[in-house]
Amino acid sequence: MGISPIAAYQRLITGAFGSTRYLSYCIVYATPLIFTGLAVAFSFRTGVFNIGAEGQFVVGSMAACVVGILVPAPSIVLIPLCFLVAALAGALWGVIVGFLKTRFGINEVLSMIMFNWIAFYLSNYIADLDIIHSTGSAEATKNVADAAMILLPKGLIDGLSLAPKANWGIFLAIIATVIVYVVINKTTTGYELKAVGFNRSAAEYGGINVNRSILLALAISGALAGIGGATQLLGQGGRISIFTAQENFGFQGISVALIGASNPVGVFFAGLFYGALKYGGTKLNLIQAPSEVIDIITGTVVFFIAISHIFRIRVRKGGRQHG
Amino acid sequence: MDNVINSIGIIIYTTLLYTPPLLFAALGSCFSENSGVVNIGIEGMMTIGAFIGATVGHFTGMPWISFLCGGLAGALFGALHALATGKLNADQTISGTAINFLAPGVAILLAKALFNSSDTVPLAPAEKIPLLLNGVFSGGTVWDNFFKNVLTNYATTYLVFIAVLVVWFVFYRTKFGLRLRACGEHPAACDTLGINVLGIRFFSVCMSGFLAGLGGASVTMATMNQFRPTSIVGQGFIAIAAVIFGKFRPQGAMWACLLFGMCSGLKIVLGSNSVISAQLISMIPFVVTVIVLILFVGRSHVPAANGKPYIKSK
Repeated sequence: MGISPIAAYQRLITGAFGSTRYLSYCIVYATPLIFTGLAVAFSFRTGVFNIGAEGQFVVGSMAACVVGILVPAPSIVLIPLCFLVAALAGALWGVIVGFLKTRFGINEVLSMIMFNWIAFYLSNYIADLDIIHSTGSAEATKNVADAAMILLPKGLIDGLSLAPKANWGIFLAIIATVIVYVVINKTTTGYELKAVGFNRSAAEYGGINVNRSILLALAISGALAGIGGATQLLGQGGRISIFTAQENFGFQGISVALIGASNPVGVFFAGLFYGALKYGGTKLNLIQAPSEVIDIITGTVVFFIAISHIFRIRVRKGGRQHG
Repeated sequence: MDNVINSIGIIIYTTLLYTPPLLFAALGSCFSENSGVVNIGIEGMMTIGAFIGATVGHFTGMPWISFLCGGLAGALFGALHALATGKLNADQTISGTAINFLAPGVAILLAKALFNSSDTVPLAPAEKIPLLLNGVFSGGTVWDNFFKNVLTNYATTYLVFIAVLVVWFVFYRTKFGLRLRACGEHPAACDTLGINVLGIRFFSVCMSGFLAGLGGASVTMATMNQFRPTSIVGQGFIAIAAVIFGKFRPQGAMWACLLFGMCSGLKIVLGSNSVISAQLISMIPFVVTVIVLILFVGRSHVPAANGKPYIKSK
């Protein structure tokens, strides 16, 4: 291909951090990933692998879209309402899977894969309904009411020359990160959820209602992913396209959670890192370098995370020799 | 009546067109899951197989060699997963997730390097997997047309059902199959009996990559005629679902794959008269799976040691 790797990395870095505009783009790209990352990380802590964040993200996004189009209300009512229904929709999507697992013993990975696709086609179906579908030729929904959008004030965007779609989402992500941190580390519920994650039988013996914990964990995880879907919708295009393939925010959330070692604060920064990679990757095309390099970088990082404990064991062995 | 026969013929035809990629991948998944290794990277292994198959096919013009190369490319990524989950006892889900990023990335990167586009050059009919019994049925009468739909299929369709038989035989009628399944149930017990657990798992995971690669290649070399970034979208995950659905047995996975394949067929037949939304029809296989699980299957028996790295005590 004959492209200097140094030029490519230079492009990647200046593309991501070169100006306030680029930087704000990175944050915009990162916001939904922080939410899906938190969602996956939260479920990991409870010993459930939430591969269904993809579907929860999609239903959350669509629920917010429907409310944003159909409900005429001022911003102060409409925006919280959109987020609320998005969180509920995501939570519902998670709880259904949890219920199938606890009541019927159905493998959650299997049902989550199914529910990802059901969410995908459901979203396309709703987008195709007459009252929701765009009146123009676009294969997408109508735009949500302007009152539902969470973009930063126009003056601020122009003043700081930010990305035109810079939005409040990142502040919500910070709040969510703090809340998740507190819930996991400082509350009884969080302790119970972690106990179930560590050792299900021991937790049950200790008097924790394991089934209730799994449902709760999936509800919270689903709500986080659903809110992520809403921020993406209300902070970006304001409409949902009819897709032919999944958008992968949920699957990328798995990587974000892994890179952040399932720690909320780690996930927040991993989300920013991934957002920067994703946005910088779009710039690589400009010098005819393939943006798939980003997937390869991510894959390599995740692969080394998978085998990282090898290095830890080596270090520990080294330490033992000294003692 | 003629119309009904014709429709049934078309549904069977499309079922047999969409099933082989899923079924190859599902057989692969059976290998690794039964040996105790969760392989969520099937999707990525299918993608690299799909790309290599179509690419080698374009450059050599030899369909069977290319098909095999697709499988070997999948096996290469299988070996990576096997190495990580075996000797390096990595978390199997994380390693699989990594493969799902790596393999498609590598495939599209190579496509851009070789073809200056993310798509490969379409294969000529002679470069594709051959159609069997082509021209035997002229399609003149209703029944002739029916048999043409049912029997004139790509060779991969016939091959995959032979593969089911072979895998079933290996699993349940050979000493190796017994050992493989035992490794998935109780690796420590196998070890005390002198069975090389890591060796068997390594082979099984490579095998799962090989079969997933064949599945991918059968998409780009039979169902379609080129590789595109959208060639493999979710088939790998559906294959994994089919294996869990089929209770981790190759024959069970086969029925599940046929169900998914048939729903794809129904989508095309029903989609042509747009009474029902195409989106809702597309949803059918996934809803059906959930309902079938609730009603009939319930708690499926997962190989006991599935997902747990085996660390040999010293």
